[in-house]
Amino acid sequence: MSAAHSAAVLDWDGPLSPPRRNCELVFDALWESRLFGMTMTLYERRAFAWNEFRDRLIAAIADWERAHHPDDAAYRYWDCWLTAFESLLADKAICGSDTVERRVAELAARPAGHDHRRHE
Amino acid sequence: MSTDHDDHDHDHDHDHDHPHDDHDHHHDDPIARRNALRAEALESLLVERGLVDPETIDVIVARFEQDIGPLNGTKLVARAWVDPGFRQRLVADAWAAAEDLGLATGPGHTPIVVLENTPTVHNVVVCTLCSCYPSSLLGLPPTWYKSPPYRSRVVREPRTVLREMGLDLPADVEVRVWDSSAEVRYMVLPTRPAGTDGWSEDQLAGLVTRDALIGVARPEVARGTDPEVAR
Repeated sequence: MSAAHSAAVLDWDGPLSPPRRNCELVFDALWESRLFGMTMTLYERRAFAWNEFRDRLIAAIADWERAHHPDDAAYRYWDCWLTAFESLLADKAICGSDTVERRVAELAARPAGHDHRRHE
Repeated sequence: MSTDHDDHDHDHDHDHDHPHDDHDHHHDDPIARRNALRAEALESLLVERGLVDPETIDVIVARFEQDIGPLNGTKLVARAWVDPGFRQRLVADAWAAAEDLGLATGPGHTPIVVLENTPTVHNVVVCTLCSCYPSSLLGLPPTWYKSPPYRSRVVREPRTVLREMGLDLPADVEVRVWDSSAEVRYMVLPTRPAGTDGWSEDQLAGLVTRDALIGVARPEVARGTDPEVAR
């Protein structure tokens, strides 16, 4: 699958569009770009159809909007993307939520200083 | 033509030097901390399952941040060069034409106006206010497109700017400058270079550069590179 093809499935306008500054993707934290990269990697390996993810992203954004005031500055697009991705992994039986919770707990239990991940 | 492999050519120095790494304002934010941990958990599980590897993620992120090329735009131009009916559709409704080629997905795209170059008219695109750009067709914009000098000067002195960028237009060619906005984006449809009769769409698309689609260059047949071009 080509770069242009996987770029074409992303929504570049409207509420589903990833945050951009001067039209470039903006990640405010490392985990956001890792999350994005994981999602696109699995997509390019055809682990899911784009609409399966997109529908969950729409739902996650709608859920957030229902639960918050429209002016709430706490809105962060990538939080919704994470929710959507986790739901997709569970529904596609790639990673169940129990497995994820266990791993989260293991990582959280690391001694201080290890949670600020850097790759090598 | 760009493929997955071509996109891996850039150097990888930046992979572990993410420009936003040093933003630590989220470290005090419990939701951000929680989500960072969850993302890390997911990545480690997916890596264990052999579904992703960390380097591929680096490459893909870098590709989206920097390297997405103008592949979709070049395909539209190549088809328009070989198919007059498609050319009409492209000029009338770019997204409908893109859908014909399977390049557009769903509604909600910012309208794109396709600007036809002719032997006497040359179009060039700018966004004077910021850097609006038809990313879904042309990928991510080049750095110079966002630079204040290009944005201000190409409107005032387009011929000079184009000449500086390597495109010297004859005096009898009219230059039209188009200012993009949030409401409308532009893509230039360049003229087909001479000496390309009988070329396939793929070969033709390979002549179309991102700069040609913005209007700061023209597609050219490099001399002596194609055996089919009669000398």
